[in-house]
Amino acid sequence: MMVMRWQLAYPETPVPFIGEFLWENGILLPEVYNSLGAMHGTIMIFLGVVPLAVGAFGNYFVPLQIGTIDMAFPKLNMTSYWSYFVGGVIMVASFFTPEGAARSGWTSYPPLSVFEPGQTLWLIGMVFLITSSLLGSINIIVTIVQLRAPGLKWMRLPFFVWAQLVTSFLLVLAFPPLEAAAVLQLMDRVVGTSFFLPTGLVVSGEMVAATGGGSPLLWQHLFWFLAHPEVYVLILPAMGIVCEVIANNTRKPIWGYKSLVYATVFLGFMSFIVWAHHMFMTGMGATMSAFFQTTTMIISIPSVVILTAFFLSLWGGSIRFNTPMLFALAFLPMFGIGGLTGLPLGLSASDIPLHDTYYVIGHFHYVVAPGTIFALFAGIYYWYPKMTGRKMNETLGKLHFWPSLIFMNGIFMPMFIQGLAGISRRLWDGGAIYSHAADTLWLNEVMSVSAWLLGIVQLVFIVNFIYSMKKGEKAGRNPWDATTLEWVAPSPPIAHGNFESEIEVHRGAYEYSVPGRTRDFTPQTEPKKSDN
Amino acid sequence: MEIPYTVEERPDTGLNNSKLGIWLFLASEIMLFGGLFSAYVFLRMGAPDGAFHEWGQELNIPLATVNTLVLITSSVTMVMSWASLKMNEFSKYKLYMGVTLLCAVGFLVIKYFEYTAKFDHHIYPSTNTFMAIYFTLTGLHGLHIIGGMIVMFYFWFPGSKMWQTEPEHFANRIEVLGLYWHFVDLVWIFLFPILYLL
Amino acid sequence: MSGQDHSDIQSHIRTYMLVFGALAILTVVTVGASYLEVTSGESIFIALIVASVKGSLVASYFMHLISERTMIINILLLTIAFFFVLMFLPLMTTTDASQILQ
Repeated sequence: MMVMRWQLAYPETPVPFIGEFLWENGILLPEVYNSLGAMHGTIMIFLGVVPLAVGAFGNYFVPLQIGTIDMAFPKLNMTSYWSYFVGGVIMVASFFTPEGAARSGWTSYPPLSVFEPGQTLWLIGMVFLITSSLLGSINIIVTIVQLRAPGLKWMRLPFFVWAQLVTSFLLVLAFPPLEAAAVLQLMDRVVGTSFFLPTGLVVSGEMVAATGGGSPLLWQHLFWFLAHPEVYVLILPAMGIVCEVIANNTRKPIWGYKSLVYATVFLGFMSFIVWAHHMFMTGMGATMSAFFQTTTMIISIPSVVILTAFFLSLWGGSIRFNTPMLFALAFLPMFGIGGLTGLPLGLSASDIPLHDTYYVIGHFHYVVAPGTIFALFAGIYYWYPKMTGRKMNETLGKLHFWPSLIFMNGIFMPMFIQGLAGISRRLWDGGAIYSHAADTLWLNEVMSVSAWLLGIVQLVFIVNFIYSMKKGEKAGRNPWDATTLEWVAPSPPIAHGNFESEIEVHRGAYEYSVPGRTRDFTPQTEPKKSDN
Repeated sequence: MEIPYTVEERPDTGLNNSKLGIWLFLASEIMLFGGLFSAYVFLRMGAPDGAFHEWGQELNIPLATVNTLVLITSSVTMVMSWASLKMNEFSKYKLYMGVTLLCAVGFLVIKYFEYTAKFDHHIYPSTNTFMAIYFTLTGLHGLHIIGGMIVMFYFWFPGSKMWQTEPEHFANRIEVLGLYWHFVDLVWIFLFPILYLL
Repeated sequence: MSGQDHSDIQSHIRTYMLVFGALAILTVVTVGASYLEVTSGESIFIALIVASVKGSLVASYFMHLISERTMIINILLLTIAFFFVLMFLPLMTTTDASQILQ
């Protein structure tokens, strides 16, 4: 990504340090730029955020938060991990093949993706990654449904667990159509079928030697049938983490717990019937686009309910501004910006001029980069004591947070300006050949510098992470005075079995600052009779 | 510590873990084949009038009918092998499971003859969109059959030792395997008419 | 399905045999119907109806869905709902395409 930003800021100048080893003259080639773009999307989503948010956090903290010893199917868990590993190796290895990595964008739209080299490995890798996600999410659902500790009723579950449950359902039901589509595209590439190739297709001035009869639209439908729920796969676990951190650090019960839960379930359901708002440009008719505009507007309601509930939770709380809370607080406006800038894209009239411009890039990056990634950082800072038995350093944490916040906005805010000026995404020269782009081109440099600085700031996090493992302040079982079950276990939890004794749950997840009690938090395991 | 509810049912859901797990897996399978069925409908609607029917004339209906009956039979023997376990008749279980495995082999053999007959007539997936979806759907279905056969073979021979130590757990595993196998049968029940008869 | 005695299983087995018979007959029926001289619309209708009946027989009796727990039924209903969304997907695109042509 940083190499790409070099090319965008200083088109056709050699990339410093590494350029001369990789390409003639040290200039990033357009094909490689395309590969990097496609693989950036793929790696970030399928190898980065999903495995981290669902695979890692889900796997580690769902059993802890529901008070059980392990996931329901340990062997399936291992299969899922190794399937992910194989998929990851295939994806990364594709850079080093003579053909190079896939370069048709992470959306892999045919017909381009049927002809461009590198795509076959991408598809095979995706099949492994999808399988991994499927197995993992089946495991999470069964764990949540079956292994809840005695007394942990549905409405006593921490919101993080609810988010994981809905996410897993999305993965189970939305991923298979993409797997089907990947198989079809593989057939197109390997045995010469024409699922996605229309009749009479001409490439580089020559008729394509395929029978035709298929349609690229089929791919788009199947792809977005997954990829829209995928957006919620990326954001829901993040919301779950933010909810935990906010409830803990405002020392208040989360506002509107039940409405949060219902909103999340509704969100999950709706996410299956909005996909075609990614396809307003395909020439769909008024009926279809009216339907999808309506559902898109409807789905924004539960998101707003969730965000509002978080904001209202802050009201009147005695907020502790520690590093996890800072990241969680930053999530709220960042996700807000990401969500609100999405509204014009959900209405076809305003989507058509904005489609495929940097505005779109800015919009979804606000959701996943300062949104989801900040939430994941909040989760890491918040649960680090549970995983290692030591707290992360607060000073370094703040040194990580503030510059990250500034540079994140430095990268993505200018994208809205460029997008509104009409600069398209996926341009190798960042728009330099277009006259309409001239006024906003200087922003490329701002974004690129921000990106490099952001990269440097992450070193602080890495240093903190490693340093605190050995030298961090010792944390007990419950360093944050939290109520949920994971804090009952020793830090780090026992390798086989998590807890020392069986857990029994007597109350809801967020009993903070209940009037009349001696402490401002009441763990879920505390029997009812000890009230007052 | 043991993971709870691997064998016995959780009181409030009335399910054991693997039962819920396999149904979720089947739900995802429904969506997988759903995607492909939807591709079939899409291509059929996009093809010239009657073309799909005409291209489909190449297929061998009698062989496919036999195959349908073979697969239905295997489904019955599968459920019978589970019922035998429930009645504590292990030798009958072995017999029924063996027959199921045999049916699966038979299905693949017939499929093999169908495929080679097509190739002999120079009909390939790239011939037209009907053949493309035909080979994709039946091929994927065939892979499911092979997957099922591997598991069946395991429980028929090396894995059946478990019956001596944990009979109930073993019977549950056969039930889960059965659910998968019936699903494969179910998919074929829909594939047969839409590919061969329409 | 635990806690059943032998006579229960015996009656199950009788059901399995009946279902088996029904499936075999329906297979023959659907093949026979495909040779009838009917319009393609009618034949699609017949074939899909027969297939659905066969499918529900397998699901209800072999897979015991008829006496399954509500949680599993609910998960399947949800899945079926989205399955139908998938099925309507091609339909939606083509209706729109014809609108554009007009």
